[in-house]
Amino acid sequence: MESRFRLLFLVLAVFALGLSGCAATKNLFGRGNNSAPPPTAEAPGQVIDPEVERREIKEPKIDTENFEIGAFVGIMSVEDFESNIVYGVRLAYHVTEGFFVEGTFGQTDAGLTSFERLSGGAPILSDSDRTFTFYNLNLGYNILPGEVFFGEGRAYNTNLYLIGGLGSTRFAGDDRFTVNFGVGYRFLLTDSIALHLDFRDHLFDIDLLGEDKTVHNLEGNLGVTVFF
Amino acid sequence: MSARSITIIHSTHRLTRVSWAALLLLVMSQVLTAEPAHAKADYRTVSVADPYLELRTGPGIGYPKFYVVDRGESVDILKRRTDWFLVRAENGKEGWVSQEQLQRTLQPDGQEIEFAAASQADFTDARWEAGILAGDFGGANIISLYGSFSLNPHVSIEAWGSQILGNFSNGWMGSINVVHETWPDWRISPFFTLGTGVIHTEPKSTIVQGEDRTDQVAHVGAGLRIYATRRFILRAEYKSYVVFTSRDDNEEVEEWKVGFAFFF
Repeated sequence: MESRFRLLFLVLAVFALGLSGCAATKNLFGRGNNSAPPPTAEAPGQVIDPEVERREIKEPKIDTENFEIGAFVGIMSVEDFESNIVYGVRLAYHVTEGFFVEGTFGQTDAGLTSFERLSGGAPILSDSDRTFTFYNLNLGYNILPGEVFFGEGRAYNTNLYLIGGLGSTRFAGDDRFTVNFGVGYRFLLTDSIALHLDFRDHLFDIDLLGEDKTVHNLEGNLGVTVFF
Repeated sequence: MSARSITIIHSTHRLTRVSWAALLLLVMSQVLTAEPAHAKADYRTVSVADPYLELRTGPGIGYPKFYVVDRGESVDILKRRTDWFLVRAENGKEGWVSQEQLQRTLQPDGQEIEFAAASQADFTDARWEAGILAGDFGGANIISLYGSFSLNPHVSIEAWGSQILGNFSNGWMGSINVVHETWPDWRISPFFTLGTGVIHTEPKSTIVQGEDRTDQVAHVGAGLRIYATRRFILRAEYKSYVVFTSRDDNEEVEEWKVGFAFFF
């Protein structure tokens, strides 16, 4: 499994939490004609009062909105340890209309295993070790752009996207190399505010319950993001 | 006993949930206050020089065209997302136009509009670079983040932070290194690197013996920076590390990584 993981992430892309390339557009805009009037044959000594009105140079920049920041809340199932509320933040940078890179950070709490519940014995983990925190760096692709219609006069842009990437999960006292992938739906309320519905699977190897195994931790969440 | 532990979990829950809610409120309030300022801003205006300008409902080729602005009419450019521009026509219609089409419009003084686009020349000359790489560090997984500053096209200084996730131990590493590029103007540009840093290792909690260690490291390496598109670089590298341990022998570790970077 270990080698399969490695292969997976070597193939998978890794991505920068972007540092913006802003559209520094050239500002040749708004410059008035300020050349001097032609010399005239007027009597020397007369002060020439040029009536050239200088236009105020305004250089409006185009507002570039390639970053998307937001928060999410949902339910996450930690394999063997029940399901609980998960919450977190995400930051994305849109590189092209199709591709984006995304960083997420989230937290949930693991519950009790069935064994702990049934046996009533000593818990396997302390309370602090049951906190499940993760970060992931993902590459995303908007696969199905579309529109939804409400009644006659309202249309909203939507996007179905796929993400995949890697990161680290802190659970049961250790950091664990994590691969995650999933699918999401972006619903744009306005050109700058979006609602998200996301489903993701976080995979890592764990040997907590005796044997080494790969666990699937499924997450479903709802989020709000703002483009800036 | 179990009842007590449940209460504790519950209380931490509530606390963090409140802080998340506060964050969300903060974000939302920023949006609401940002809106009026936006409305007042003056926009760049261009006039259509082509026979027509096509407005789409969204920033992508998948979205349908719903309106056409004729030659001679002008539009305000409201915002940009990737290579798409939200424009407003004289009659108030708003839609998204591709950069390719907008490039063929004129500014009020008759000049063609230009949009800055990163090119391979910037790949050679840009001063700052940042990226994320992942790979194998002596059998463990490694995720790294770096930032780079170019002193000249050939020589740059980099700072790295890495998280190492292995089967038996975890840890982090911080290092600085000097990079030399022999042919910085090549699209696939090879480089050599030399550096030093600190590595911190902690054995996994399931391993009984072993203690946390912090050691100094030195490394040499080589790799490739490949210009992909726009501001993007693909990067692959090999580094050989020597860990100066407090034991009798120094440890040698080989590292392979691939990843993405941006320059700016």
